[in-house]
Amino acid sequence: MAAVARRQRWQDAVFHRLTQFFSLLVLVALVGIIVSLFLNALPTFVKFGAHFLWYVEWDIINEEFGAAIAIVGTVISAGIALLLAVPLAFGIALFLTETCPVWLRRPLGTAIELLAAVPSIIYGMFGLFVFAPFFADFLQVPLQSMLGGMPLVGWLFGGATNGLGILAAGIILAFMVLPFIAAVMRDVFEITPAILRESAYGLGCTTWEVVRKVVLPYTQKGVIGGIMLGLGRALGETMAVTFVIGNANRMPTSLFSPGTSIASVLANEFGEAEGLHFNTLFALGFLLFCITFLVLALAKWLMIRTERAKGTST
Amino acid sequence: MNNAALYARRRRANLVGLTLSMSAMAIGLTALLWILFVLFSNGFAALEPSLFTQDTPAPGSEGGGLRNAIVGSLMIVGLAVLVSTPVGILAGIYLTEYGDTSKTAEFTRFVTDIMLSAPSIVLGLFVYAIAVATVGNFSGYAGSLALSLIAIPVVMRTTENMLRLVPGSLREAAFALGAPRWKVATMVTLRAARSGVITGLLLAVARISGETAPLLFTALNNQFYSTNMEAPMANLPVVIFQFAMSPYENWINLAWGGALLITLAVLALNIIARVYFRDKTQR
Repeated sequence: MAAVARRQRWQDAVFHRLTQFFSLLVLVALVGIIVSLFLNALPTFVKFGAHFLWYVEWDIINEEFGAAIAIVGTVISAGIALLLAVPLAFGIALFLTETCPVWLRRPLGTAIELLAAVPSIIYGMFGLFVFAPFFADFLQVPLQSMLGGMPLVGWLFGGATNGLGILAAGIILAFMVLPFIAAVMRDVFEITPAILRESAYGLGCTTWEVVRKVVLPYTQKGVIGGIMLGLGRALGETMAVTFVIGNANRMPTSLFSPGTSIASVLANEFGEAEGLHFNTLFALGFLLFCITFLVLALAKWLMIRTERAKGTST
Repeated sequence: MNNAALYARRRRANLVGLTLSMSAMAIGLTALLWILFVLFSNGFAALEPSLFTQDTPAPGSEGGGLRNAIVGSLMIVGLAVLVSTPVGILAGIYLTEYGDTSKTAEFTRFVTDIMLSAPSIVLGLFVYAIAVATVGNFSGYAGSLALSLIAIPVVMRTTENMLRLVPGSLREAAFALGAPRWKVATMVTLRAARSGVITGLLLAVARISGETAPLLFTALNNQFYSTNMEAPMANLPVVIFQFAMSPYENWINLAWGGALLITLAVLALNIIARVYFRDKTQR
């Protein structure tokens, strides 16, 4: 009997360490990513210093590189995506949790989740072959003729109307991140205690008031967490953006002008990069990873806080 | 009178809000249907037997298919699944059964959640640095490694969440019979959570099947049929990317055909996972 107990204790210890080893692999990968990207990026950081961040230049032949063009393209396209996706996601979450007939909730929820499952390269192809021509004819041309001559905002709508550019990339990105944000919002709306909601209805609130003044304040942190999650996705998305952003290494001058993002510079140029160009692409990758890591960490932290609030207040 | 006006205004706000919310839903559904419609109409037009029997054509030549890319994708994704299944499940077991409250487990959980959404192109760069630059050539193995890095967090977190749903009394009953911890974990809790874990695996496969960015720098592409995982390997996502951006009409058609194949596979996996999970848990 003692032998059996000893053997089992030994097996248990092995199993414990084995599973622990595999779970620590994730941390090893994280450290590995940061270290290997940084080491490969080092020559660029040494040569340009902090100046790299706002240097507006991308000259492969003379080896003069700055991250500003790609950072601006990334941030603006992701910003446009959030501007469009957040209200849509809020509307969808509201519809799915409050007004939708119960028998339709599941199929419609699944449909939105399937939108998240469609691979990003499909969004890219759709953007390039279908959305860009549609966008050029039905949005860019009318917008330019209506608003292009206006003072103050006219410059936003200048430039060629071929359908490709920062705004088009932002719109495609919006549909990519929409399901992620909508799913989080729906989930946090559902954790609002029924008693709060029913009390508000009992006082005579309309559905809109219940959502705006009871559900939304109660789930605020989770909602912001969901938005940050969408932002993290939008910043790092490669394929959907690369197809439609126009891939021009120039500072964009309007919403219609072609630009580039960190991820699409990497996808387009990494294959032919040598020397300092190669190191600079790693530097861009390092920057992208750091930015998305911070955004996603904030998202996660906010969502954990919502879960905790749910645990204590019910 | 004043009250009635206020009431009318609130009613109006409610109506406007709910209408906007419904139109948001309609816009989301329209986007999905529009994408699927475009994909199906272009994809089925390109769907011919030669898609599965011929290899990717050279620039400027007629016809061609995607045989090498389909085989390459299956091999790269298959190996990635073989690697990430045991790793992800064992790591998930650790997080629930052993490291429930420890600080390291908490931190691992946090990092795993971030890795779930980390930009996949950066993972490609990382694998390039450790598995391509050091060896000296692009390879199917490097592609599998990059995809595993994406799949492991997915498997890990779903396994953990599913194991957490197993009632504690089941574990306690097994412990009371004198079962050691590893037996309880593998033969009681893991079995009880089996359908959820399999669902997680299917979703992980769906997730990595369409990933393009990490394969660009790792598996690269290969114009010819090859099953050598140590050499550059053709795969559907990268072929779609290159062909869709090309000026040749037959290449663009092949890209639509490949896009249809991938999307059908991914959507089918998602739907199977959902239906399977619902059937198993409702019984």
